[in-house]
Parts: sequence; structure tokens; C-alpha cells
Amino acid sequence: MKRVFLLAITTLVLLSATAQAELTIEITQGRDNPTPVAIVPFSWQGSSSLAEDVAQIVESDLYRSGQFAPMRRSDMLDHPHSASEVHFSDWRRSNTDYLVVGRLSEVLGQVQAEVELFDVYGQKSILTISKTVAKTALRDLAHHISDKVYQQLTGIRGAFSTKLLYVSAAQRGVGEFTYRLLLSDIDGAREQVLIEQNQPLLAPAWAPDGRRIAYVSFETTRSAVYIYDLASKQHTQITNFTGINGSPSWSPDGTKLAMVLSKDGSPDIYVMDLASRQLTRVTRHYAIDTEPSWLPDGKSLVYTSDRGGKPQIYQVTLASGYEERLTFEGQYNARARVLPDGRGIIMVHQGEGDFHIALMDIERGDIEILTETALDESPSIAPNGTMLLYATQHRGKGILSAVSVDGGVKFHLPSRFGDVREPAWSPFLAE
Amino acid sequence: MNTNKLLIAFFSCALMVGCASNQTDDSDQAAAAKAAAEQQAAAEAAAKAKAAAEAKAKAEAMAKLKNVFYFEFDQATLSADTRADLDAQAAFLKGSNSKIRLEGHADERGTRDYNMALGERRANAVANYLIVNGVERYRIEVISYGEERPVASGSNAAAYAKNRRVELK
Repeated sequence: MKRVFLLAITTLVLLSATAQAELTIEITQGRDNPTPVAIVPFSWQGSSSLAEDVAQIVESDLYRSGQFAPMRRSDMLDHPHSASEVHFSDWRRSNTDYLVVGRLSEVLGQVQAEVELFDVYGQKSILTISKTVAKTALRDLAHHISDKVYQQLTGIRGAFSTKLLYVSAAQRGVGEFTYRLLLSDIDGAREQVLIEQNQPLLAPAWAPDGRRIAYVSFETTRSAVYIYDLASKQHTQITNFTGINGSPSWSPDGTKLAMVLSKDGSPDIYVMDLASRQLTRVTRHYAIDTEPSWLPDGKSLVYTSDRGGKPQIYQVTLASGYEERLTFEGQYNARARVLPDGRGIIMVHQGEGDFHIALMDIERGDIEILTETALDESPSIAPNGTMLLYATQHRGKGILSAVSVDGGVKFHLPSRFGDVREPAWSPFLAE
Repeated sequence: MNTNKLLIAFFSCALMVGCASNQTDDSDQAAAAKAAAEQQAAAEAAAKAKAAAEAKAKAEAMAKLKNVFYFEFDQATLSADTRADLDAQAAFLKGSNSKIRLEGHADERGTRDYNMALGERRANAVANYLIVNGVERYRIEVISYGEERPVASGSNAAAYAKNRRVELK
């Protein structure tokens, strides 16, 4: 699914950042042969100094993808800012494949960027980016440049301008915690608290339009599904059934929410039409059925069920109700998320020992384990299908970690405060 | 109107009692009254003592009652110890009409939403046992917190064992 969601959330850009649990990146593993690139510091002409080093952010973005090895600034022979200043032979000698140069200047109180990408061996410009942003939107500018450069060099749409939702818990007493729903850039910067409460809060899920979030809260002392509107900051309770109200998952067209309700006895999968609030029951089994997730075509769901004795992944076709077990390898397979191309699922997998994140090819059924950490859970896939974020533990603390879908790139996003978990990677967002 | 009728009836009775008592000795009457008062005081004291003893026994019984029940990994089976504890709880709960809340929990292993379901399955196992043993279904509320509210921190077997629980409140 190469769906592009083009609805604006400009207010996000203007919201102020707070530092409750700011994430910092630690790269643990890169690819064996990343492409050498050089992102030269951009020039700046303006009345006051800039709050952000835009070229540095572009460099971090490309480095974090694991597909690029950015040259250190101290190794650069010179700092060209335009095509006429570039000496290709020098860059070729330092084994740089691609070069990014740029000029930033103040125009009517805003920042105008002129950025160029060069193919060093072809000795030519292969991409120019012109963009004007507010002085407060320099990080957005940087991620925009990263997206364009990444797409030009890999053929895959960049996801550096996307956002991240996650949950933190800070202990108040025995069995008592303060729970927060946090929103940040995908690199962990500009974090802000959306919701803070003393009752559990979990399962954040982005609407495909990137403007709303479904989540589960115990604020009434019982679980209920809520929808939070990012622009208005209002939340609306949409379920109030006896028992579990959980696992919300938006349909690809954003009109329906799959969820888990145990109102009829045991946890089963239901689909709610959001306009009419009408419920359709999808599974009916006395075992646990939970963690629904839509396939990109919106016609079927994958979910976890222990009807076979242990949690395994199943698929149900909504029109016919036909159910099929997908996983047979391992004693615990749960919380599947489908890749954007619909060919594979990412899930929590336990073979004999620890819980890891694994990729399963839906056609062939074979499982590839992607992570080496323990207690791995809550995988969330980037909208371009290249990376996924998941929750794990590091030195006794809940942290977020990332791994590429091919397993070649890994990095941690440790938080400075509290335990963090349940990352939710946003869809592509309109600028 | 009704009040007046009642008053008339009351005074009529009082007069009749007065007439009747005139036929007995005054000293006998005083002794009888005294004895009756003593008897009543003794009965009251006895009732009070009985109530206190009952309250104490109840408190002791309550103190002995277990309110937290533990489970094995990915299981909602009640152990023999838990069943014995629940027998005592059921016996106690049958003597009152109070509502109870069963909160199910899981350890951190496995996924959050599956653990939410597992916590509910555990709380339901406890609820069903209490119902079979005479506690009315309408008095019991079942809530699962999954792995969201651990009481023991740490990723080890001891912490996991404490967190896989149902709390009766």
C-alpha cells in the first residue's frame, strides 16, 4: 500500500515542546556497506543566528536510516555552499559518493533554503530543493530535505518527517503509576505530553489521516476506547462496555475501528463503524481473540488467538468470516502488524526463550527473527515499510528501539525519564 | 384526626393497666420492675458483648482471608491453596451484601493486549469459583489491568510471580 495521506496537521508544528521523557538516539548496528555521503554545513545569511543546525539534522536522519555513512565535518577539505564551489575531484578522492550543499537566508522574517544534491562520480547535480519555512520550523525543513535526498538516492519515500506516539509510566507507589501519552518527531525531538493521568493508558493508534489517535484509558476506573483529536486536543469516549474495551485499530480508509470487547463473555474482535457507532462482531470463540490489525486492502484482519492453546496469529476475511491460522512456528506469536505492501507481517515471537520481534512472509510462512533484545513487544512499522519501532528493556528500563525490516540496522531511543513503551509510528503526514 | 384516635387509645390502655396494678402490692410491683430492669440491662450487655465478639471474630476472619491470588505463566488455573482461600472468602462474603471488585493482572512477558485478556481470564476464574460457592453474581465486578499495574518491579521470576495475580477489593 503506497497510500499517501494528504491532510494537514500544521498545528503540530506550532505546538511547544516539553521535555518529559525526551528520547536520544544510540545507534547499535548499521549496515555493512552504507553509502558514503557528505552533508556540508549550510551557509546562513540573516539578522540573528539560527536555533538549529539544519545540515546536522539531515546528517543524523541519513545516518539513522543505516543506509548512509555521513562524512565527519572535520574530515571535509572545504565547505562549498553552491555548485560553483564544488570540486568533485576532492570529494572523489575522499570516497564520497554523494554530496549535499545548501544555503539558508532570511527572507521577510522567514528562512529560505536552497539545497543541492550532487552525484560525485557523475559530477552533476541530481536534485535541488527550494523551500521557505518559519524560523520555528527548522527541524521540519531539515526532515523535508532528508526525505527528498533519501527518496532520490534509494527510490523509497523518506519517512523522516513523520511523528511518533508513545506511552510513559512513572511509578508513584506500589502498583501505582502516572501514565503519559507523548508525541514527538520520529527522531524523538520536540516531545510533548498529550495526556497525563494516574490510571492506565495504552494502545495508541494513529488514524490514517494523521489527525486523530485512538487509545485505551482507564480514567473511569474501567477500560474504554477513546479518540483524541490533535488539532482540538479534545478526547471523546467511544465505548463503555462491561469488560475489556481495547486494541483499537483504524481501517485503512479511516471510517472504521477494529477493537476487542469482552462484553459477550470472552474477548472477541469487533468492528465499529465510526459514523454510526454500529458494531459488527467479527470473531466468536470462547478463547482469547485480540490485537486486530487491518490488511492494507481493508478486507481482512490479522489478530491473536489462543484458541489452539497458545497465542498464534490468525487472519479473518470480513465479508465471509473465514478464519485461517497463519503462524505455526514458535510457542507464542502475537500482535501482528502488516507491512505496507501486504506481503509480510511483523509480530512478537517467542521460540524457546525470549520474546523477539519477527518478520513472517505471509505466502511462504517462514519466520525471520529481527531483534536480539529480550521482552520485545509492540512493533510499529514506518509508513514506507523500511523500519519498525518496538518496545524493549535496557538496563531494567523500558525503552524504544528500532530495527530495519531487513534486520540490518538497529538503534535505541532511550528515554531520559521513566519507562517508555508502545511506540506508534505515524502515517505520512501532509506538510 | 388519626393522632387523636391514637392518643385516646393510649390513655385508655394506661387507665386499664393502672386499674389492674392497683390490685397488687406496691413493694412486689417495685421489686418486679427492678428485676425487669436488671434483666433488660443484662440482656443488653450480653447482646453488646455478643456483637463485639462477632465483630472481633469477623475482623479476625477477614484478617485471615486472603485477598490476593496468584497464577502460573499464561494460566488462569486456580491452585489448591487458592481454592481453599476462596472457600473461606465465599463463606465470609455470603454473610454480607457488599459488592466486590476482582482486579486481574499479568506479568510483563508477552504482549500488552494479550495480557489484558489474560488478566480478565484470571479474574473470571476467581469470580466463577465464588459464584459456584454461593456468592451472588451481581455483587462481583471483574476488571483487568493486564500488565499495566505491576506491584513488583524487575524482570525476574520472583517479580513475575507477584505480578500474576487477582486482587479482591
